[in-house]
Amino acid sequence: MYCEECKQRPATVHFTQVYNGKTVETHLCQQCYAQKGGIIFDVAKQLSLPNLLGSFFVSNYNLQDMKSLSRTGSCPNCGMKLSDISTTGRLGCSECYTVFEKELEPTLRRVHGDSRHVGKVPARGGEKVMVKKKIEGLKYQLQKAIAAEDYEKAAEIRDEIKDTEKKLD
Amino acid sequence: MKADNLLNRNFVRWMAADEGPESDIVVSSRIRLARNLDLMPFSHLLDQEDGKKCLQEIEKAWKKRDNKDLLEMELLTFNQLTALERQMLVEKHLISPNHAESADSFRGVLANPDGSLVIMINEEDHLRIQCFLPGLQLEECYRRAQKIDDELEENLNFAFDERRGYLTSCPTNVGTGMRASVMLHLPAIVFSGQTNHIFHNIAQLGMTVRGIYGEGTEVVGNFFQLSNQITLGQSEEDIINNLNSITIRVVEQERLIRERLAEEMKYQLEDRVGRAFGILSSARVLNSNEAMALLSDVRLGADMGMLAKIKPYVLNELVVAIRPAHLQKKAGKEMDAFHRDVKRAEVIQERLAQTREQSN
Repeated sequence: MYCEECKQRPATVHFTQVYNGKTVETHLCQQCYAQKGGIIFDVAKQLSLPNLLGSFFVSNYNLQDMKSLSRTGSCPNCGMKLSDISTTGRLGCSECYTVFEKELEPTLRRVHGDSRHVGKVPARGGEKVMVKKKIEGLKYQLQKAIAAEDYEKAAEIRDEIKDTEKKLD
Repeated sequence: MKADNLLNRNFVRWMAADEGPESDIVVSSRIRLARNLDLMPFSHLLDQEDGKKCLQEIEKAWKKRDNKDLLEMELLTFNQLTALERQMLVEKHLISPNHAESADSFRGVLANPDGSLVIMINEEDHLRIQCFLPGLQLEECYRRAQKIDDELEENLNFAFDERRGYLTSCPTNVGTGMRASVMLHLPAIVFSGQTNHIFHNIAQLGMTVRGIYGEGTEVVGNFFQLSNQITLGQSEEDIINNLNSITIRVVEQERLIRERLAEEMKYQLEDRVGRAFGILSSARVLNSNEAMALLSDVRLGADMGMLAKIKPYVLNELVVAIRPAHLQKKAGKEMDAFHRDVKRAEVIQERLAQTREQSN
């Protein structure tokens, strides 16, 4: 494909613009694009991990949403805004994970294919977590026992869940 | 200063090839655990004041424990080290290139004398606990790293969420916060032209392949770093098992091609190894890429029993000793590229001659 402007060099810059719902596609060579005031991006930089991650964050929102989020949604602990996170690909502090939970969920799924931790739990303050994990595991076993119509075992597991849940109070 | 070792000697623990299983192909194993202090701004947002507080907390937690591994460690903050010395830690693979760029007094490392345990402080995360061992020893690396994690956790409040796991500055590390990696020497796979095919398959399994200095570095001397990509939704054991089994498959493939080369191209192979050894033993000027390529050939020869006198740990050492910062440290002065090339040839010749004398 040749550049739409000079019709001599191959078109290497392709972009799609949407004006009032109408889509306009443009194909230019680097020189013509630069002449029109376009910025030539450093491809390697554009594709760097923080940038790619950043784009994960914002892709779920249209521009309107983003503006309102970047105005109101900042982390009370460290002051990071969603817009900062989407440019750096990094969060500001541990609290950001709670503040931006909704925005993070799809990102985590895309990066890891999952959004729930199943690994190590810190010993200190982690006892409750261990118990909850145990209950989750038991509930899963319960489902399996019911599916296998092993009601005797299911009853056993149900009792164990009840006992374990007492530890949480 | 105990950590002098890391700056004045070439040898660190992961180079001890005779200690590690599969070390003819798996050079070293590493486990890295990312941990952050709860509510403290992540490292990239730290100013001097918070940074100092963060380091003090870590230092306090470290000093409180009487665990042997922790007692052996020494704290080196980056204002104490020159840029060259920090670069030497990068060349030994103990810290990331990014970490070495800073001269801040609240960034640095806690390291033990043999360089098997190195905690990066205020790199991308407040703590990155790392264990490095020779050969394929991911389980042992994990056991040691997680022991340190447990010890420090007694006195530090790590950022943890029961659903998201250990919270990290970058969401790619959240969950276990664990990166497991192996450094592989794969000359036969490269020679057979199967690299892309194999690495494509590895990527499908949630693993990544990189050059030896980590993210964004090129592949030199047929060395590759294989590591897990996913940190959330898999347990530490799962991640290690996955990487282990993929590594073993790659190792088998590499061995298979090596065997075929030995059968079908015996003379060509011996010729190549012999020439590489000849050049390394007598060249006067060697640039980095050439030296790495030749060392890779010699290593292949040594691993296949063609150069019985050359010990693999010597080659591990040389791969690091010929990097620019190590050469300049040895020369005791800054050098331009040409003078480094001369020094590089000298260092290699000297070391290879020593090995021959020792074995005679």
